[in-house]
Parts: sequence; C-alpha cells; structure tokens
Amino acid sequence: MGQITLDRVTKSFGDIAVIPPLDLTIGNGEFVVFVGPSGCGKSTLLRLIAGLEDVSSGSIRIDGKDATALPPAQRGLAMVFQSYALYPHMTVRNNIAFPLKMARLDKAAIDRKVEAAAKVLNLTSYLDRRPGQLSGGQRQRVAIGRAIVREPTAFLFDEPLSNLDAALRVNMRLEISELHASLGTTMIYVTHDQVEAMTMADKIVVLNAGRIEQVGSPIDLYSRPRNRFVAGFIGSPRMNFIEGEAARGDGADCIGIRPEHLALSTESGRWSGTVTVSEHLGSDTFVYVQVEGIGTLVARAGGEFPVHHGDRVWLTPQTEKLHRFDAQGNAVSSAAPGVKVA
Amino acid sequence: MATAHSRAAARLTMSPAVVLLLGWMLIPLAMTLYFSFLRYNLLMPGQEEWIGVLNYQYFLTDPAFFAALGNTLALVGGVLVLTIAGGIGLALLLDRPFWGRGIVRLLIIAPFFVMPTVSALVWKNMLMNPVNGLFAAIAKGLGLQPFDFLAEAPLSSIILIVTWQWLPFATLILLTALQSLDSERLEAAEMDGAGAVDRFIHIILPHLARAMTVVTLIQTIFLLSVFAEILVTTNGGPGTATTNITYLVYAQSLLQFDVGGGSAGGIVAVVLANIVAVFLMRMIGRNLDI
Repeated sequence: MGQITLDRVTKSFGDIAVIPPLDLTIGNGEFVVFVGPSGCGKSTLLRLIAGLEDVSSGSIRIDGKDATALPPAQRGLAMVFQSYALYPHMTVRNNIAFPLKMARLDKAAIDRKVEAAAKVLNLTSYLDRRPGQLSGGQRQRVAIGRAIVREPTAFLFDEPLSNLDAALRVNMRLEISELHASLGTTMIYVTHDQVEAMTMADKIVVLNAGRIEQVGSPIDLYSRPRNRFVAGFIGSPRMNFIEGEAARGDGADCIGIRPEHLALSTESGRWSGTVTVSEHLGSDTFVYVQVEGIGTLVARAGGEFPVHHGDRVWLTPQTEKLHRFDAQGNAVSSAAPGVKVA
Repeated sequence: MATAHSRAAARLTMSPAVVLLLGWMLIPLAMTLYFSFLRYNLLMPGQEEWIGVLNYQYFLTDPAFFAALGNTLALVGGVLVLTIAGGIGLALLLDRPFWGRGIVRLLIIAPFFVMPTVSALVWKNMLMNPVNGLFAAIAKGLGLQPFDFLAEAPLSSIILIVTWQWLPFATLILLTALQSLDSERLEAAEMDGAGAVDRFIHIILPHLARAMTVVTLIQTIFLLSVFAEILVTTNGGPGTATTNITYLVYAQSLLQFDVGGGSAGGIVAVVLANIVAVFLMRMIGRNLDI
C-alpha cells in the first residue's frame, strides 16, 4: 500500500498560479524525489499531498481513496520537516511517542513502539534528553523516528538534510536510503540538491515553475534529458551548452555536452582554447577552457591533468554523447545512430 | 575588553548611577526601619521615643492585618488568573488574520495607557454606579434590579477594574510569544494527529510557559502595591473588605497619624514581597530551563 495519484492538481495563491494542472502517479514502495530550483513549487506540491495546503482544483488519491478533502492526520502520511519541527519541551521519548499518544494507544504499546524506533535509529541512549541537547544529525533522526512510529503509508521529506553539514549529509543520505530499503514504504523526498536526487531516487520528478519537466529514473534523466532545463539541472558540473555556428554544424540550434564527455588534449582536437581555471580534486580535474566563438566550456579529466592558467588545450566531444536541442530548448532526435533521445 | 584598565573605567563610569540608586533605595528603607521602632505619632510631635518591636506587635496582631493580607493575596491571585487566561484568549484571537486587525490591536492596548486613578473613576462613576452607570442602565433595560457592584461585591469589583488595566499587558506579551511559535511545529503536530485542543495543550501552552512566567512576575510586583484604584473607589471598605497591605499602611500612617505603626507595616510588606519574589524566581528558574 502506498500509491499516490495526483489528477489535474492545481494550486494558486490569490491570482498567482503556483502549480498549473499537474498529473503524477507515485507507485507503491517507490522512492520519489521532487527536485528543482528554489521557488519551483516542489515544497508546495509536497504540502498539497500532505494536506497542509488545500488544492485549488483537481484531486489527490491515496491508495485509491479520494483524499483531496481529508485533513492531514487522516491521510496516513508522515512528514519530516526542514526545521525538524521537534517539540522542544518534550524529551526525545515523548517527541517520538506524540503521534501514538494522539492516536490514543495504550501505554505499553507506545513504549514498545518507541523503543523499537529508537533502536532502529540509534537513539536509545538519548531517549530522556531534550531536543536542545542533541546535535543536528540526532535531531534529524528523532524527526524520522516520530515519522516511522506511525507506520504511515508514505513518508514525506521536505529538504530534510539542508541544515546539516556536508559530511553528516552524506551519512544521513545513506541512512534514509537504508531505511527505505528495510521498510519498503513509499517515500517522497523534496530537495534542491541534484546529488541527493541522483543518489537516492528510484524516480526523479524535475519541477520548474510548477510544471513537471521530466519524470524518470536518475540514469534516464542523465542520459536522455527531454529538454535544456533538465539537461542543465541534472549533472555536476552542469552540462556545457553551445549555441550558434558550432551548434548548427551538428544540425541543431543548441548542443549540449557534459564535462565528462569532452576529451581534453594538449596537442589536437575539435575546439581549441586557453585554460582559465583548473580545479584539481585528486580523483578528477575540472578544466575551465575559454574557447573563441563559443565561450567557456568545462571538461573533466580523470586523475591529474597538469595544465594551468593560460595554457592552450584542445577539446573533442564524444559525438554519441552530444545532446541536441531545438530553438525552444526541447531535445531533438540525434543524427548519430544508436543514440535514443526521448 | 576585560583588561584591568577597562574594568576600572567601567567601575568609575558606573559609580554615579550606582551611588544614586543605592541612596534612592537605602536611605528611605533605613529611615522606615528606624521609624518602625519609634513611637512616632503625628498628633504628638516631639515625643518620639524608642519602643522596640511594639509597633510590629500591634500591627501583626491587628485583625485588619490578616484581612488585608487575605485581600492582597486574593487581589494579586485573582488578577493574575484573569489576565493570563484572558490574555491567552485574546492573543489567540489577535494572532488570526482578520479585517481591521491593526486597529483592533491598537484598541486592545489602550487601557494600559489610562492612569489607574482615571480608569478607577470611570469604572466607578460611569460603569458600575447603581444609579447612573452603564451596567445599571443595561440591567434596567432588561427589567432587572441594578447591582451595586462596589457595595455588594467590592473586592471582586476592584479585581475586575485592575484586570481591565492589566489585560493589555498580558495580551501583548503573550501575543509576541505566540507569534514566535514556529508554524512548522504546529503543522507537525497536525500531521501527528493532534486536533485543535491537543495542539493548544501540548504545543501552544508549553511554548507560552515562559511568557506566562514573565507576565506573572512583572504583574505581581505591581499588583502587590495596588493603591489608587482602592482609594478612589472604596477607601478600603466597606469595613476592611477591600483593604490590602498597601492601603493598610497608608491608613495607619496618614489616617491614624501613626507613622511608627505604618513604618512597621511597610517593613512587613517588604518582607512579604520578598517571600513572594523568592517563590517567583524559583518558578522562573525552572521555566527558563527549557
């Protein structure tokens, strides 16, 4: 159980339409990530599903039942907020027990479930502390604990990792993925971080200005972006876009090539330019090259690539990895055989 | 900052204020303490003599003292309960968006700016008066017998007047506290299945605890010394029905001309206020420990 269907859902605040008519189906047990730049409506969409905002029109079905008019508590969903929204005057135990107390469970059952959740999340030794005495990661786990004790049909996460430092974020990312694997419950996760989206999702929903730009698996979005927006949003560093004369040579208004698909050479190649910056990360080197008539291109070289500011280098794109876009920014079929463009 | 030089400079620049404040507080306190051990009656000038603790003995065994103590506690407690309960109610209402909210907020604050003497007179003559008052007019309009508030229920009437004055203060403090409540916390509680009543009991009230403590502390300080409202409305009567400790000290010193006895009463009031303060500080200490 845990299928969520949005049918022609819209949301407007006053005269401003935040979400134009939108259809989406989230399958049982899927880990779906809503990703997009800030202000794209991804949090609003999550809050519509949670019931914290009313839809302006359209309907939401959870497990086949119409939930459009149901209050949040009766939708059977649990949400983890960006600020964690823990209750500061309650101990960790009482925080986790709160939804069970509200469901009027008996004390023994509450204790058993809280202990079980605490064990899963390594919180057992912190049960009698207040949230104020915990670190960011521990607070995050308490918020997750409060969500899992309810045994919801689906979890909703609203940018849960954005308040954590980089190292902890990687850890929590793994923990949430493991939790999904062990519980098998549907999870909807909102983030603006495409790395989180790529690493965690079964299915990514890319949103822009309230519209769904593309839905697909991470690799699908990476290798077959439907338009320039998705192509630019997924992947780090972002895809290079080349317009004008150079693009028309490839039979498109705009061509895109990812940094990892540009071959770097110090001797010869298709385009030549001068190095402006080279970032040495150890495992990779990202070289920013100023190419005349095209602009700055980023290329990735594996390992160490000994170039410096002002050096002349040559770049050659892997033809089968070129993305072609028309004047509207939509992907067009490639002339090269064997490459499918959705 | 904390070099020997800066510390010395800080002490030097602070000292005038400290000396002034100490003089302001300590000299009257010391004089009151001194007077409380004298037989000092304004009708017998020049005959002051040391009588030890006799003033205290008279004051503390005076039946009026116990009545005044009870009245003081009833007044402070009654006003605190009413202002905090009413303040929470008004704050919850004013926190919601409605048309004309800015004006309504301004009007709610207004009673706080009316001086106690004036508001007590307005209540006494324009509202509670059994012949000309608004309440009497309403009662007559409904065919009921007008109620003589200050004669029939004097202490309750004074509690009502003082509550009217302090309700804006409580509302203001509680409203700001309410506005600092993270809306995500309420939404989380809503997702957790808490209805409006549960959200109020488990989320909003605990969040307001600190503000309620502040309101209690500050109001208690002022409510222990309520005087003008009693003087203009009931003069402490009928009998001692509305005499609080402050009014009793005034009556002793300036109506019975017994400055010595009044001073002893003043010192007793200081001791009582400090006992209350210790309890309140303990309560605050616990509430600030969140």
